[in-house]
Formats: sequence, structure tokens, C-alpha cells
Amino acid sequence: MAIGSEFATKKSDRSSAKPAQLEQATGRGSMIPDLQKVNHPLLFENGAPGLCAVNLPTLDVPTTDKKAALPAELIRTAPTPLPEVGELDVVRHYKRLSHRCFSVDENFYPLGSCTMKYNPRVNERVAAMPGFAHVHPYQFESDVQGMLELLYRLRCDLAEIAGLAEVTLQPAAGAHGEMTGLMIIDAYHVSRGEKRTKVLAPDSAHGTNPATCACCGKSTVSVASMPDGRVDLDDLRSKVDENTAAMMITNPNTVGVFDDQIAEIAEIIHAKGALLYLDGANMNAILGITKPGDFGVDVMHYNTHKTFSTPHGGGGPGAGPVAVAEHLVKFLPKPQVVKHEDGTFGWDYHRPDSIGIVRSFYGQIGVLVRAYTYIRSLGRDGLRDVAEKAVLNANYLAARLKHRYKMPFPPPYAHEFILVPEFESAGVTQHDIAKRLIDYGIHPPTMSWPIHHCLMIEPTETESLATLDHFVEAMLDIADEVENNPSIVKTAPHGMPVKRLDEVAANRRLNVRWQAES
Amino acid sequence: MRFTQLTEPQVKDMLATIGASSVESLFASVPEAIRCNGNLNVPRGVSELELLKDLNTLSGKNKHCEELVSFLGGGAYDHFIPTVVDAMAGQSELLTAYTPYQAEASQGILQLFYEFQTMICQLTGMDVANASLYEGATAAAEAMTMAANIKRRHRIIVAESVHPDTVAVLKSYAHARDLDVVVLPTPDGRVSASKLASMMDDDTAGVIVQSPNFFGCVERLDHIIPRVHEHGALAIVSVDPISCGLLKSPGDFDADIVVGEGQSLGIPLQYGGPYLGLMACRKEFLRKMPGRVVGMTQDEDGRRGFCLTLQTREQHIKRERATSNICTNQGLLAIRASIYMATMGKQGLEDVASQCFHKAHYAAEKIAALEGYSLRYDTAYFKEFVIQTTRDVAKVMASCRERGVLAGVALSRFDEDWADCFLVAVTEKRTKKEIDLLVDALEAV
Repeated sequence: MAIGSEFATKKSDRSSAKPAQLEQATGRGSMIPDLQKVNHPLLFENGAPGLCAVNLPTLDVPTTDKKAALPAELIRTAPTPLPEVGELDVVRHYKRLSHRCFSVDENFYPLGSCTMKYNPRVNERVAAMPGFAHVHPYQFESDVQGMLELLYRLRCDLAEIAGLAEVTLQPAAGAHGEMTGLMIIDAYHVSRGEKRTKVLAPDSAHGTNPATCACCGKSTVSVASMPDGRVDLDDLRSKVDENTAAMMITNPNTVGVFDDQIAEIAEIIHAKGALLYLDGANMNAILGITKPGDFGVDVMHYNTHKTFSTPHGGGGPGAGPVAVAEHLVKFLPKPQVVKHEDGTFGWDYHRPDSIGIVRSFYGQIGVLVRAYTYIRSLGRDGLRDVAEKAVLNANYLAARLKHRYKMPFPPPYAHEFILVPEFESAGVTQHDIAKRLIDYGIHPPTMSWPIHHCLMIEPTETESLATLDHFVEAMLDIADEVENNPSIVKTAPHGMPVKRLDEVAANRRLNVRWQAES
Repeated sequence: MRFTQLTEPQVKDMLATIGASSVESLFASVPEAIRCNGNLNVPRGVSELELLKDLNTLSGKNKHCEELVSFLGGGAYDHFIPTVVDAMAGQSELLTAYTPYQAEASQGILQLFYEFQTMICQLTGMDVANASLYEGATAAAEAMTMAANIKRRHRIIVAESVHPDTVAVLKSYAHARDLDVVVLPTPDGRVSASKLASMMDDDTAGVIVQSPNFFGCVERLDHIIPRVHEHGALAIVSVDPISCGLLKSPGDFDADIVVGEGQSLGIPLQYGGPYLGLMACRKEFLRKMPGRVVGMTQDEDGRRGFCLTLQTREQHIKRERATSNICTNQGLLAIRASIYMATMGKQGLEDVASQCFHKAHYAAEKIAALEGYSLRYDTAYFKEFVIQTTRDVAKVMASCRERGVLAGVALSRFDEDWADCFLVAVTEKRTKKEIDLLVDALEAV
């Protein structure tokens, strides 16, 4: 084996062996042992002038004189500087890049708050069906009845799961759903002759919540949490007033605790005429257990890539459907997919109180097709099973790790939990633990959020017991390493294409694009 | 159960480890009063076989653009997608990774985004680009906010020749952000630079134009942008990336921010999404630009590597002081666009643009020669054009559809004043035979 470092490991190995013992592992790493360590050239460093990986049919129409048809000042005089690479080298380039990524398909990925569950292959197959992949948004409604029916069924299912009246499928992502939700809330208050500018959010809220408020001209007021992670109701009471448009809350919250005061929180908010907004990031923990509409939520968004297993794709695309209670339905974005009395489906543009449109066309349709497929696969029992297993897995990991890692919040946890490594005496931080996990073939958990020095661990429901145990053993091994050989942890990872990167330099000497050397 | 993989005995052992009596007991913090106890009115789950049958039926109810001859455009185009794009973008290592927070374990995706940013700069002629936004209309809205922040001004002028959905989204965003959006009428199908100059004032932060615009017409960026700069505002140009194979880039005309809908770059139609929001700008505005940005750096051994950079602009660090609330990018679609641009390359993009141009002009001339049809605007266009007709547009569309041809987008869906017009797009995929079929169908109405 020529992996190079004695610490090298195979990222896809799921055994509980320690990294140093993994050198003999078989698989991809052994076939192309040093590929990971080689500087992989940029696309622009490949190829040669004149190469091209595509050939178009010969032009079969008479040509038009460009100089006669276009103003000379606007016609390109030199070709774009795009790369010039042959097809095989294009394929190799992207193949090799794909080897340099951790992914759910290869690695346990307990990235808290991101719900990195398995993405069923069948979802991709369905999304690629020609009747879904190759339809144009401006086709006749009569030509896309199957698509509209799917979207209609999906919006009904999402409303039911939320326990709310109606859903818009338009928002492009969770944060976009938040913005849409706040615009709806604003429209509601304006319709009652009020301009409310304040939004409450617990101190553990996702960063998108205050950022969205700022985008919508609202100021955010932080509500304190109690030591057990629940909202401090006294603090809430002291901050809610007639200028409060809404409270944005995540439940179970970002520290992995379901706030059992939620109905009371809703009452406190509603008593001042404000609305309760649920950030649906953590819906995975309550599918089929409880419905947000039943605990007083007026508006919520889903993150389809979290709850309904649409692929994360290196950062997107997501989709952020928004569900609202009856009194807010008329403010939803337009158009809305509807079922007509004759049983056909169409788009309803006649919604005079609508906040308008928040993106072009109708939504992240390809993503929504996958979400629908997933809901159909699971059905009502499967959805509840998701929540049960997600919560079971998280509590199991917490129970096995609590003797070596500090658990700042009391169990039982929802689908994720927070732990704090206390290795200050060895000079080892949560950052080091996270990086060392990479050597064990595990994607690091979310770090340093929502509380300092923590790791936020979300195993999801789709992992096997063997994988969970491998993670536990890795975490326990690392705790041993901190005692016996802390430098191996502090300098991790060891088996990756690069060691720790100089992020400070990246910010200081910005190089965000390649330039030809002149 | 589908996709979970714990057996009953394993569940029992796990509960014993936890010290819990049942799975139910793990939900103790959910009060009884608000539980639904599995009472979800959602259909029962089905096997993969049944699922595929049902969804094949639904898919089969849609007539798609591979079986019809489509001249539909208006922001979503039926361009050819080389096989390599699907094959390489479909790799599950890329599909099932997330935001590359952990740089060491994400070098592949980070390098991909760095290359994407570079190629978007190469196309648009701009200094820097981000790793993508949601789609074209919201990208324009983010540019609006960015211009307002940079200039500390409140007014945005947008040309009527910009896609109507974009104008509508600008208005929605502006309402929420307390900005004023003013629409510059374009009765001639494109912006009049002098009319624009007369609308500029000291509170105008930016001017948004699209070229080629919604009507397919090419805007005179060489006339427009100097007028914008004269008043100290920013020139925001929305561009069809394919057009950059034939036309000069917005950067050549000194644009400040370039946005665009990247769907043309290898992304299937998918009934309108997910698509790809493009954004590039001058380097002095980099720190004001929303969205993910990847930078090149070194590891401790001096080896080249990539990481997310300028994260202090972003919501997870800056919270209410972030440049935007955007939390993700359209990673997978940026990957598709990258592979598309790498596959097409310098020559391929030029060929695609050139073929679109020639075919669109061939089609337009043939249609305009028919009785009762004419080109609505007497101005330069690229791959799309507006036809005005003396016939009933709905009947024209329906009649062509009967012959298997989607003749265009009836503009009445956007504005009743345009009720006698439809928009025709011609990509490199359309053959002479298909164009002739359209012409025959229009003539036969």
C-alpha cells in the first residue's frame, strides 16, 4: 500500500478498526492508492487549444449575416475563454473530483441540523421520467395533467403532515420559505391595519431566522432559553408586545429538545395578536407523532432535503414549501395548483390577496417530484417510523457516549443531540475531534453551534446499528487518543487529499477564480 | 419499513442501552394533548414496483418536449444536453454530499465550485462570481438588494423588457425590503437609453436590464450602461449564458453586477425548476455579494486546496447583519452547468450560440413572410422573437398543438396588452424540417 501516511485510512471502510489498522483495506483506495494525495489539476490546466467534447449536427438552415442582423458593437470579437478539453478527460476530471468528497452514499454523515439521510435511488429514477424531466413550464395545462396531479397530491399531503390548511410549493429553499412565510405574516397584519416590525426568536435559532427578518425589514429580538434548552417563558412574556409580528421557533429545537411548553408559547404569542412561525428544519423528529397545526403553529416551512430525502447535492437544490393555517390561505403566493370540479388540475392565478410571486415559474419541481415519491414510498406508517427510528438512533448514540463526553442537555433527545468534548487540558478542541473523525471515514458533526465548543450529532433514521456502533467506537477511540497521543488528533485528518487548510489566508489573499498566466 | 434498517431485537437492545422502556417513551416531552398518534391522512406506503407503476402513469399523462416539437422559451429553453452531463452529474458522491463545510473531506466539490465560478466569470466577462443562487429571478432580486446596500439608495429601475416573472419577484422583494421598483416602459421592445436617462435620479441605486431580453431582443448595453454610470448607479445585467457564445459579455460593457438564469447550461426543463441562479460582479463588490464563494488556499504542507471563503458575510455567522438570508446554493445544478461548460468548451458554446442565431433568424423570416404574421419588434434579436398576428393567438396555439407543435408562449398570460403576440424560441435542437413544420402549421390556421 502506498497511501503514504501510517495514519491513512479508507474513507469507505465501515469496520470499527482504528485508522492505523485500516491500511490493508480493500476497495477503491487500494486500486488507485495515491490519487487522493496528488494535486488534481484544474480543468483549465487540462486540454489543448482546439479540443472540444461535443459535436453538433451540421447547420441545416440558410445562414444569416450576423453583421447585418446585429449591431457590430455587440458581436463578440474573440471567443469566450472557456476550457478546451476532450470528452475522456472531461469524464476523468469529474470522476476524480467525485472521489474527493464525503457523501451519504459512502460515509456516515451525522451533520446535525442537516438530516443527512439516505436518498432512495428510486427518487432519482422517477425525477428522470420524461414526463417530469422534459416538460416546459409554459405548456398547455391539458398537456401536463400528470405533473399537476402530482403537485396537487403533494401539497395536500404536506398540509396534512403539517396539520395546516394549505401549502404553497413555490419557495426554492428553506430560507426562501422563511422569507415567504414572513411576507405572508406581514400581509396578514397589514390586512388588519397593523404594521408590526418585531419578530421574536429563541437564542438557539438558526442563523437564517434573523437574516430572513432583516431581509423583510423586521428586527429580531432574541428570547432566552433555560438551562434545559426550553424557552424561558418569563423572558418571552416580557418581550412579546403589540408590535410583535411573529415568533419564529424550531421544535424540536436546535439543541435536540422538544419544547413541551409549545402550546403555551403559542397562547402567549396569539394573545398579543402575533403569529407563531415554525422553522420546519427538524420535522424529521415529529412526523406522524404530532402536527404543528395542532400545537398552535400558524405558518411553517419544510426543508424537503432534510425531511423528505431529496439529495443535498453539494448544497442544493432544496425546496421550501410553506404551510399556513386557514386565516392565512388567501395570502399564499400565486399561482396555486388546484383541482377543478371536473377532476382536472390547473393553476389558479386569481388570488387577489396573494403576496405575489417569490420566484420564476412554479417551484423546484424536480425536487418536489422526489419528495412526493418519498412520501408515497413511506406512507403514513413509514413516516412515523422515520421519526421513531431517528429519535431512537440519536438517543442510543447519546447513551453510549455520555460517559466520555459531556451532555449539556438532559435526555430524552429528539432526532439530534449536542455533546461537548472536555479535553482542554490536552489542548484538544471540538474542531480537532471533528477532523479526526474524517480519518475514521465519518463526516464530522456540526461544530460550535448552537452553543460554544459543541458537536451536534444527528444520525438520522436510515443508519444500521453497525454504523452507529462504528461511530461510537470511533468517538471512544478518539477520546483514548486524546489521552495517549493527542497530537494525532490535533493534526488530523491524515488520509485526505489535503491537510488542514489555511482559511485565514483564503480570506486575506482572496483567490476565487483561476486566471490564465499572462 | 422502507429505508430504515433496525430489527426488532436490535431495537430492544438499543432501548436497554438507553434505559428506556419503549420507543414511545422517548417522546415523553411531546404532550399527550398534541399527539396525533400516527393519525395521518396520507395514503399507505407502497412497494417500489407499485410506486413506479403509479408514477409512470402520472408521467405518461404529460406530453413532453421530446415527443412534441417545442418552440417554447421565455426563460426556459430546450437546449441539447450532452450525455456526459447526466452521467457525471449523476454520480452519487456528488449527489449525496452537502455544503462543503469540512474542506478536507470535500475537495472535489470545492474545486468544482471554484471552476464553476471561474467559468461564469469567463462567460460574463466579470471579475468574480459566486457558487450560484436559486434561479434567475431571485438572483436579480438579490442583485437589487446588493446594489441598494452598496449605494445606500432606495430606488431601482427595471426595464419592462426584463422577464415579467423577474419584475414581479423584484416587486415582492422590494416590498419586503422597503425599496422602490420603477418600471421603465419599452414600447419598442428594448430600452431607450435617453428615456432611461430621464428617469434616473440621485436615489437610484441600480438599473436592471436583460439582454437578450424577454422579447428576445438584444439591448444596446453600449448605450445603456454609460447612462447608468453617469448617475452614479450600478448597472445590473441579466444575461442568457448561451448568448455569450456570440455576443459580447456584459463585462465588456462595464456592467457592475451580472445575473442570469443558468438553465440553458445543461439543466433539464423540469417544468420550471430547479434551475440555476447566476451572479457575478466587479471584484470591489465581492464582500457585498450574497451566496457561497469558494477560494483557493494551501494546507500546512503547502499543497493547493480549496475552502469556503468570506463566510463572515453569511447568515450562519452574521445572522441579521448577513448580506442575504440565503443558506444554500444550487450545488448540483452548478455542477451540471460546470460539466456542460467543460464539455462544450470554447468552440462548442460558440457553435451552439451560432446555430441558435441562424435557426431563429431562418424561422423568423419564414413566419414573418406568412400572411397575418409579422415580427413585433424591428430590432436585433438572438434566439427568440415576438410574432404579432391578426389571428386569434389561442386558436393559433391550439391549431399548431394539434399538429404536435408547441408554437410559442402566448404573451397574454403576462399582459392583456400583448394579447395578439406570442414568443417563439429556436434552439440548436430544432431542425429545418421542424421549423418548416411550424411555418406550415401557422399558415394552416
